[in-house]
Formats: sequence, C-alpha cells, structure tokens
Amino acid sequence: MKVLVAVKRVIDYNVKVRVKPDNTGVDLANVKMAMNPFCEIAVEEAVRLKEKGIATEIVVATIGPKASQEQLRTALALGADRGIHIETDEEVQSLEAAKLLKGVVEKEEPKLVILGKQSIDTDNNQTGQMLAALTGMGQGTFASEVVVEGEKVNVTREVDGGLVTVGLNLPAVITTDLRLNEPRYASLPNIMKAKKKPIDSMTPADLGVDVAPRLSTVKVEAPASRQAGVKVADVAELVDKLKNEAKVI
Amino acid sequence: MSILVIAEHDNSSLKQATLNVVAAAKAIGGDIDVLVAGENVGAVAEAAAKAEGVNKVLVADNAAYSHFLAENLGDLVAEVGKGYSHILAAAGTTGKDFMPRVAALLDVAQVSDIVRVESEDTFVRPIYAGNAIATVQSSDAIKVITVRPTAFDPVAAEGGAASVEQLDVVKDAGLSAFVSEEKAESDRPDLSSAGVVISGGRGMQNGENFKMLERIADHLGAAVGASRAAVDAGFVPNDMQVGQTGKIVAPQLYIAVGISGAIQHLAGMSDSKVIVAINKDEEAPIFQVADYGLVADLFEAVPQLEEELKKAV
Repeated sequence: MKVLVAVKRVIDYNVKVRVKPDNTGVDLANVKMAMNPFCEIAVEEAVRLKEKGIATEIVVATIGPKASQEQLRTALALGADRGIHIETDEEVQSLEAAKLLKGVVEKEEPKLVILGKQSIDTDNNQTGQMLAALTGMGQGTFASEVVVEGEKVNVTREVDGGLVTVGLNLPAVITTDLRLNEPRYASLPNIMKAKKKPIDSMTPADLGVDVAPRLSTVKVEAPASRQAGVKVADVAELVDKLKNEAKVI
Repeated sequence: MSILVIAEHDNSSLKQATLNVVAAAKAIGGDIDVLVAGENVGAVAEAAAKAEGVNKVLVADNAAYSHFLAENLGDLVAEVGKGYSHILAAAGTTGKDFMPRVAALLDVAQVSDIVRVESEDTFVRPIYAGNAIATVQSSDAIKVITVRPTAFDPVAAEGGAASVEQLDVVKDAGLSAFVSEEKAESDRPDLSSAGVVISGGRGMQNGENFKMLERIADHLGAAVGASRAAVDAGFVPNDMQVGQTGKIVAPQLYIAVGISGAIQHLAGMSDSKVIVAINKDEEAPIFQVADYGLVADLFEAVPQLEEELKKAV
C-alpha cells in the first residue's frame, strides 16, 4: 500500500529561540533549520512499514519555501521514494495546510497518512486531525504503536493517564508521538541516492487552495523570566524553607 | 455571545479541567453552556450543572461517545457547536484529539492551548516551547479554542443551578472503534492537577530509582512526573512526561530531581508556584528557575529528604 508522510521545516531543535526586538515574531534569519522531530518519527515509521513489506511506496510531502526541499531530500535519504513540494513563501496555518494535504491525498490516494503530532515552532497539534476530518478518515493521534492488519490499522495512543488502542478503517491518518520509534540517521550513500529521487513541485493555486491565514499575530513577546532563588546548604535547610518560608508543605 | 464548553470527564466524574475551561469562558464573557458527551453520564451532567457560571448543560448520552472517539465527538460538537460564537475544550489529550476536527468541519481555524483571554477574539498562547508568547486574533465567525487548564483558576464546583437538557444527536462515523486501554494504576493525584509534583530526570539512572520519588510523593500527596530524557531513556512511561511535548503542570510545589532543565522541560513546569531543584551539577540550567536549589548527589539527598519530610510533615 501507498503511504503519504507530511513533513515540516522548522527551527532546529537545539537552537535557542529569540523573539525579534519589534515583537513581530521569532528571529529566523541565519538560524539553522531542520525537519520537525515528530516528522522524522513519521518518516521512520513509514520506512519501517516498507521494510516489513506492508508499505509499497512512500510519498513525502512538504509545504513551504524553496528551501523546504532540503527536508524532502532528508526524508528521501531516510527511505521515502519520491517527494511533493507545495511551494509557497506565505505563512501557511494548520487549516490551510490540511486543505493542501487533502489535495495531495486526492491525487495520490494513499492508504495511510502519517504526520508528526505537532511542530515545535507553532506547537498547534492540529494538522493531522484537520486532514482526517476534511478527508473523512479516521485518526490515530499521538501514536506509540502502529499495527496494520489487512484493511485495518490498530493504533496505540499516548493519552492522559495511560494508553488507548483504537482500530481504524483504512485509509486513515496517524500522528506520531515520541515513543513510536527512534529515527535512524541517513547514510552517505543514501544521501547521494536521494539526490536522484524525483520531487514534484506545485503551488497552493494548483491545488485550488486559498492559504490566506485566519489568525493574525498581534504580537510575539519573550516570556516573563523567572528569577533564580537561593541555594540551600542541605536537605534540612530545604525542608525548613519549604515549611516556614514558602509554606508549601 | 454564547460559549459552548466541552466537558472533560471519564463517564463517571467531571474532571476539574472543565472548571478551568469554564473560567476561561467567563473571561471571554457571554452565556456558557456545557456539553457532556459520553455514556451513562448522569452524574457528570449533574456535577456540571452545579458549576459556577454555567447556564445550561447539554447531554449527549450514547455508546458512540463512551470512549471519546475523535471522529464521533468531532461530528457531534461541530453540529451542536455551530450556533455558538465560541467552542472551548481543555487542551488535554482528548481535546487535542477531537477539537481540530471540529474546527476543520466548521471551516475555521483553531486557537490551541490559550493561557490568557485578551478579548472575545484575541488570545494569548505560548509557541516555540514557551520561548515566545504570541497574541493572536481570530477573524472566524466561530472561535474553536483549546485552553491550558493550569493557566485559569477554576470556577467554583458548587453553587450553580444550570438546567440540564438531553440531546438526541447520535453521531457514529463508523471510522474507528475502541480496542483496549491500559490505565496507569495509581492512587496518586493526576499529574496535571496535583498540588505537588516531584519529577525525576536522566540523573535517576533507571526506572527502579523512581521508587524513591514515589515514597516522597505518597508522603506529600504528590504526583510523580519525569523529564523527556527520563522517558526517552525508558525509565518511565510517556504519560509521566512534563514539558513541551508532555504535560503542562503548575502546582504549588514542583520538585525537580536529577533534571538538568532543558528548555523543553521548563516549558512544562515554569509556572509552578515554588520550584525546588536537586542536582549535583551546580551549572544545571534548572537552578536558574528554582526558588530553592540544592547542589547534591540525589542518591544521598532524596533519602534524606524523605526522612526530613517525615519529621516535618
């Protein structure tokens, strides 16, 4: 079966985020960018499904500026077969991203769509669920285990207070949580091979989607910083302070 | 304005997060209705009707909702909610699951995880793991919003007298089915709403050592949490994770043990009232946010803490 994976280009996980002095957003100029960590897990899961003989083809899609092709190449080096680049320099919010991906789903007709549960920039946690609703598919969000059996997939989900397993009809949408798998590193030969894999480019207009944002950002500020307190000498002093000064025990 | 709050519950009792979300609804202003969707939820509806500030409780009681499947809840809430100006739910794993479906079905954006209400269409939410705080304005006719419960003081659980109305809207999308669940068995309070949280990090070295924290937790009536590093290392399950990709907590007292204080962890606990850090590395970033820092080997300090707490409380 065909698997579609959607990936997003975001600020690298290890980069210190700085708010722009004019409070219009976060400074992304000359900052290292990378594939969103949850999207890496999504790619890895698709590759494992292919290694198990369940997936036959992995298509990876991304939405963003020209430079997002780097993240497509990364996914291709990890094992995806071909890429789709929906190119735009505009800010694309979750609902519009879901509409664009719906267009890709209609063209490609995958049996399974795998996305990260959230991107570490906007922290929205929406796109997979929205895509599922727009395409009339079931969803297994925050997945920690995926088991495909015939025309069904069982997804074990990380929820408040434990795990829940749901059974979904295919096609279905899955969003990944941290423990689903540990993504591999791309090998040098695979990075070279990925350069020859095909990437199909299109625009939001080609898919008939208006990406004008519904939410406008009024301002972006740095968080109020917390002041460091005092160091205590030993456990006895700590307990004394908690009891008599902070009065929290 | 009219606001629909989706109750968070387990079919038998109303979760406190619902009261926090009603508080967020009050901050927006307008009539507040609460939708209780589940199976055999009479007691939940009764509890919701007593909450301060609630106008009406709508009850959708059907087997289709008993496991809170997102496909069925999404269809239900999109239909019931279309007459409202705002639809609110707690940003827990249930709300995060079905609310984006509601937004998509109504063709509106969702505002996730708000921590403050500026006006009826303008909300404040953390982005980049809390490294930036965005104020966003929605131009949609219906605002679909998930609320970070710890950011709003709950309304009173008693004193209200809302009417209760049964709905006969049954939405069974037939796309998904409940298979099984594994609930973490614990007598300790829920991590998200506990008054005291004690968390361990990579410094705990293994899952067995978390027993030291559990004993202190039992003594203080606390919940036990963990950093992502401890979860990644396989010491403890992911539902204990505090941070950007785990739970957001804001207890009266947060005790971080063997946690270095990566920004992703701080995103989940820095709104705690009092923070204690125990770490042998005095340069650990956790000390920059801690009210009380103890530079010590946790394997010596934690047993001592247990003893001292027994004497003190």
